[in-house]
Amino acid sequence: MGIAIQVSDLTKIYQRYSHRKQFRTLKSALLRGSLLQELKPDERFPALEGVTFNVREGSTFAVIGRNGSGKSTLLKVIAGISKPNSGTVKVNGRISALIELGAGFHPEITGRENVFINGIMLGLTKKEIEERYDEIVAFAELEDFIEAPVKTYSSGMYMRLGFAVAIHVNPDVLLIDEVLAVGDEAFVHKCLDKISEFRRRGKTILLVTHSLGLVEKIADEALWIDRSRVQMRGDPKKVVDAYLAQVAKHEEQALTAAEAQAVLEFEAPRSDEGGDNNGEIEPTSAFARERGRWGSREVEIQEVSFLDAAGSARHVFATGEPVVIRLKVSSTGTIEDFVFGVAIFNADGICCYGTNTHLEEFTPVRLSGAGEVRFVIPELQLIEGTYFLDVAAHQRDGYPFDYHRALHQFRVQSKVKDVGVYRPHHRWEFTGNVRLDPPRTP
Amino acid sequence: MLQNLLTLFRYRVLIQSLVVRELKARYRGSVLGFFWSFINPLLQLLIYWFVFTYILPTGREVMGMSPYALFLFTGILPWTWFSSSVLESASVLMTGGNLIRKILFPAEVLPIVVVLSNLVHFFLGLPILLAFLVFYGKIQLSLLAFPAVVLLQLVFTLGVCLFISALAVHFRDVSNIIANVIMLWFFGSPVIYSYLNVPPSIQRFLNYNPMTHILVGYHQSLFTGSLGHWPWLLVMVPASVFTFLVGYTFFDRLRETFADEV
Repeated sequence: MGIAIQVSDLTKIYQRYSHRKQFRTLKSALLRGSLLQELKPDERFPALEGVTFNVREGSTFAVIGRNGSGKSTLLKVIAGISKPNSGTVKVNGRISALIELGAGFHPEITGRENVFINGIMLGLTKKEIEERYDEIVAFAELEDFIEAPVKTYSSGMYMRLGFAVAIHVNPDVLLIDEVLAVGDEAFVHKCLDKISEFRRRGKTILLVTHSLGLVEKIADEALWIDRSRVQMRGDPKKVVDAYLAQVAKHEEQALTAAEAQAVLEFEAPRSDEGGDNNGEIEPTSAFARERGRWGSREVEIQEVSFLDAAGSARHVFATGEPVVIRLKVSSTGTIEDFVFGVAIFNADGICCYGTNTHLEEFTPVRLSGAGEVRFVIPELQLIEGTYFLDVAAHQRDGYPFDYHRALHQFRVQSKVKDVGVYRPHHRWEFTGNVRLDPPRTP
Repeated sequence: MLQNLLTLFRYRVLIQSLVVRELKARYRGSVLGFFWSFINPLLQLLIYWFVFTYILPTGREVMGMSPYALFLFTGILPWTWFSSSVLESASVLMTGGNLIRKILFPAEVLPIVVVLSNLVHFFLGLPILLAFLVFYGKIQLSLLAFPAVVLLQLVFTLGVCLFISALAVHFRDVSNIIANVIMLWFFGSPVIYSYLNVPPSIQRFLNYNPMTHILVGYHQSLFTGSLGHWPWLLVMVPASVFTFLVGYTFFDRLRETFADEV
């Protein structure tokens, strides 16, 4: 098998013209006779640096990476829309780029007229479009509306028509940029079916997407771009896992920073507010929940951390992992009436779980000086998302010593996109004539 | 560059359908539709004719501009083609930015479509002009020079529009400046007055304006019937081609920046 796309040492630098934007005008450029010189940029921002890879003919190749990593630029350069600063791109065969569906549509003219113009823009001849016209309209399911101006179309209809035209260019190489993220379920399935058909017919597909599930499902090979450079290339599963690991690392950093900020912000004790709140951990709904810290500080929660199985502090955990919430506490004197509580809220402000030592009928004996309180969760059964933690030390009657509301957060990652508030420990069993294939384990 | 011009030839179907689309889209939804292409120049003509016949009468009858309505019309039609093309081309790459950023096709198609669709408008105004010519009994041999003048203007206008459209991508001020330049240019070209009535000291300056010679060409071929201006029109042939080449080269050199800049 041959090579469909050959990208070697590709560099694309976006240029910014900051100096001119400020005060120079055309007039001054003309007066100083430096027009062409002014058109040269002074600030450079690399979007792609030394990117090299080949895509085999007939394979499906996925490009993943964070927003702004250079994926779409890469696609545009391969499509020939944008010119690289250095390096080469060779594409064998007719290429069609689905960068934006219906990009060339004019709202005032009919669907039929747009099909023709869009088709010609994408490189078809009039005759070819005539031959495929019925097929295009049928695929877009727009038989009844094709004579209406495109501006009367719903966005779904618009998208369907755009996709229908682009896919019927019948390219040897198809570039797809995240277009499958739009459209309803039925349309996405139809597009995926069409893509599968392309694969069967031995066409090459290069796909830019954030849908990692799709990458694992249909890609033969994956490329991960980060900060304009190739980070990794190879088996889709491996690349996706490596990418996810890095995403987790970044989230970890962001959460650590956010927490440090929050704790700092509410560092000063505000005992005057203490009286207003009875200190119970209430599962109040909502967005009304403000972050804050209050209490008399006779008992102080000095540090809150989330520990993983190895005992090191983290902020990002996988569903099912063991987690320990560790509170470092200390008291100024000897306290004999005290309760420790924790509550986990999801991003919607719904209390997923809350408890305290009083509710679970522990009897406080004595607290003097420093110590640690550990809330041990052997298996973190939460669905994917960001969670906020309330922790508190207070008296049994509710008088608060130290109350941290939503100051601490952590993130749960899961490959399973299940939904809800509560994730019971579970498994599926099938007996009799019910047969299902188990999920592909990574 | 020759390569690019050849590519452009391959895109003629696209240019053709875009021109058709432009014309269709312009009048879609309006009651009178394509009739606006006739009505617009007619109304414009009426206004100028009224102003210069009744409000500011200056005895043009004696100065070779009679009937004045016809004289005006022979100048206004081609001038409108030129000025609308230049004005529209100043923003065409930005309005078509979505295409340039998302689809691979030669960007010069866009300003070319602007010039050609305005040319079609110009042509749509011709039947009215023809009616006037018949009415005043001005059907004469010099009409044969008319297509040549149109061709000259086409090449010249394309050059100006390619230049302006590319420049406007990098200097957004251009679209504002150009409206005023066009106004100045209008009064600096013999549309509402006759080149022959201008004092020689001013004629000298008018001679630097390519549109002067093109408009005098129209006046002579359609109106006066004498082709005394032909030496200047001959000069305009290389001048127009030169303008086109300069415009196209400029456009070509900036082409690669469009996708990133619009």
